[in-house]
Amino acid sequence: MISQATSSPVPNLFLPSPFQVTGVRRETSDTITLRLRPLDGEVFSFQPGQFNMLYLFGIGEVPISISGVHPRTHDLEHTVRAVGYVTRALARLRRGDVVGVRGPFGHGWPLEEVRGHSILILAGGIGLAPLRPALQYLLAHRPNYEQIVLLYGARTPADLLYQPELERWRGRLDLQVFVTVDRGDELWRGHIGVVTTLLPLVERFLDMRRAVVLMCGPEVMLRVAVRELEDRGVPAEQIFLSLERNMKCAVGFCGHCQFGPAFICRDGPVFPLPRVRSLLEIREL
Amino acid sequence: MVSLGSRTLTPGQAWRMEKTRLQELLDALRRQGYTVIGPRIRDGAIIYDEIQRLTDLPIGWTDEQEKGYYRLKRREDETFFGFAVGPHSWKQFLHPPIFSLGQARRNGQGFEWTPSTDPPPRYAFLGVRACELHAIAILDRVFMGGPYVDPVYRARREAIFLIAVQCTVAGGTCFCASMGTGPKAPPGADLVLTELPDVFIVEIGTERGAALLAEIPCTPATEADRSVVEARLEETARSMGRQLDATDLPALLYRNLEHPRWEEVAQRCLTCGNCTMVCPTCFCFTVEDVSDLAGAQAERVRRWDSCFTTAFTYTAGRPIRQSAKARYRQWLTHKLASWWDQFGTSGCVGCGRCITWCPVGIDLTEEVHAIRQTDSALTSERR
Repeated sequence: MISQATSSPVPNLFLPSPFQVTGVRRETSDTITLRLRPLDGEVFSFQPGQFNMLYLFGIGEVPISISGVHPRTHDLEHTVRAVGYVTRALARLRRGDVVGVRGPFGHGWPLEEVRGHSILILAGGIGLAPLRPALQYLLAHRPNYEQIVLLYGARTPADLLYQPELERWRGRLDLQVFVTVDRGDELWRGHIGVVTTLLPLVERFLDMRRAVVLMCGPEVMLRVAVRELEDRGVPAEQIFLSLERNMKCAVGFCGHCQFGPAFICRDGPVFPLPRVRSLLEIREL
Repeated sequence: MVSLGSRTLTPGQAWRMEKTRLQELLDALRRQGYTVIGPRIRDGAIIYDEIQRLTDLPIGWTDEQEKGYYRLKRREDETFFGFAVGPHSWKQFLHPPIFSLGQARRNGQGFEWTPSTDPPPRYAFLGVRACELHAIAILDRVFMGGPYVDPVYRARREAIFLIAVQCTVAGGTCFCASMGTGPKAPPGADLVLTELPDVFIVEIGTERGAALLAEIPCTPATEADRSVVEARLEETARSMGRQLDATDLPALLYRNLEHPRWEEVAQRCLTCGNCTMVCPTCFCFTVEDVSDLAGAQAERVRRWDSCFTTAFTYTAGRPIRQSAKARYRQWLTHKLASWWDQFGTSGCVGCGRCITWCPVGIDLTEEVHAIRQTDSALTSERR
């Protein structure tokens, strides 16, 4: 279930609990969404934007954002792109297999704090995954917010995640959805260009000074987006971004996820821009 | 407060103890079930390992230390603790280099963990220097001071008995006086020893320390003894092998993240990670998952890691810190700058180990000095 309450402490900090794979949905050629249910039957609460450590028996463990929750079964969803040793093994899972889960960890999107604002969501590639439960939460509490806009960019039309849901979102009258791709195909009739090239369309109807921006994507996209948003008058303290680094413990001990002074696992993964803005400009930090 | 016959022992007091009575102190600790760890010689260096008898200590030995250089040398006297710190630190006993977190076995649908349950050892540390007490206090903040508490560290930390020794000689790469971490021992030790030619002056730090010392015949220290101790510490502070201007270090490093010196030091740095292994406060670890060949049993092992490896920042298919420059910068700025933001303290205690044990002799005091001399804030002012 999605909750805005703070997560409870993890009983055994380093040993993952078994969850069963109740479904695998292929999103793109290299990306799947796993549906997971705790074997002990406990209800799993999390805040949109938090992540879990997903463990494969004897293989390894990786941090993966919680990308949603099934509306009826409350199964947890995690969207995984097969890029490394562990994620490739995760992408081979079948229904009925068992994975380990530790979490939820970190701070999520400040959805309650930004009630009354317009919300602009900016997602690049698999960066949509941690934003999906945020959008689900916003839509479930729709009257509490002004305009809600989703800008989503992918490499090609074949790389678009959550396509059936994306189509439902586009059909809603209380949500503006703009999708763009870097390279189109013969059927693509939509926008072409990086996700920030959608901003001129948005600023025609959205008061950028009042908007709260939630974003996640490759760091190069975040850097460009920060500049473009500030040029359009979005105050820095209204911009929130989710960052990613290697993690081994997820509780601030192993040191791997340091980003300047921040431990992304514990202080993030969602940060208000002022906390990380100068660091974003430094390469290989 | 512990009263024994005509003696009343209490924290804050100082006593004179004959040097050979240190053996009785060791025996008393062992009777209480402690494994005593202290300095001894192995493979041409003074390391920390179990101590049974006084003859295990490097009595009459000292060390010569310079950047990338360490040699043992005979002293002309029989001083017990006449040397500086070696390649080991107490970190290895509190934060084990390799630790099995638990074993998992497949059962029907899923798997089940057997967490490691071996009772943590009860250590008494003998010969903890001022910089090392600071290092332990820093690790306390890292592993026990945040929203989560590390059960592995805490179990070991809560069981230790600390006997400090204040340094009466400074090593060639020492700079605790610059970092404000020595040579005077900070609070935290159960007993604090200062070695004078004929006796130890023993200051009592805790009630536990008082109870232990009550078992050893000793006489009250005089005001003169205390002044001799102070004088020896001042002399040690004056003879530091290195100095580091620690003024506003975080700000200095943060505004020089693109300083050309990082590229220059990267030309020399082998990214071997020795500095992180010998550092008494470097705490980073990795978690390794392994299984047996049949895939029926798996284990999670936690193991010291180093920010000098490329695998350390492997994220979504590539390492973030690819260049040696980025990795050295991470280590130094973490130690001296971002540690303050994270834990409210410096991560460096001025022990000099990273200087001595760097195979190419990189000296962080020189690196910081070079950056300070060509601080981007100053150079842009001059422009």
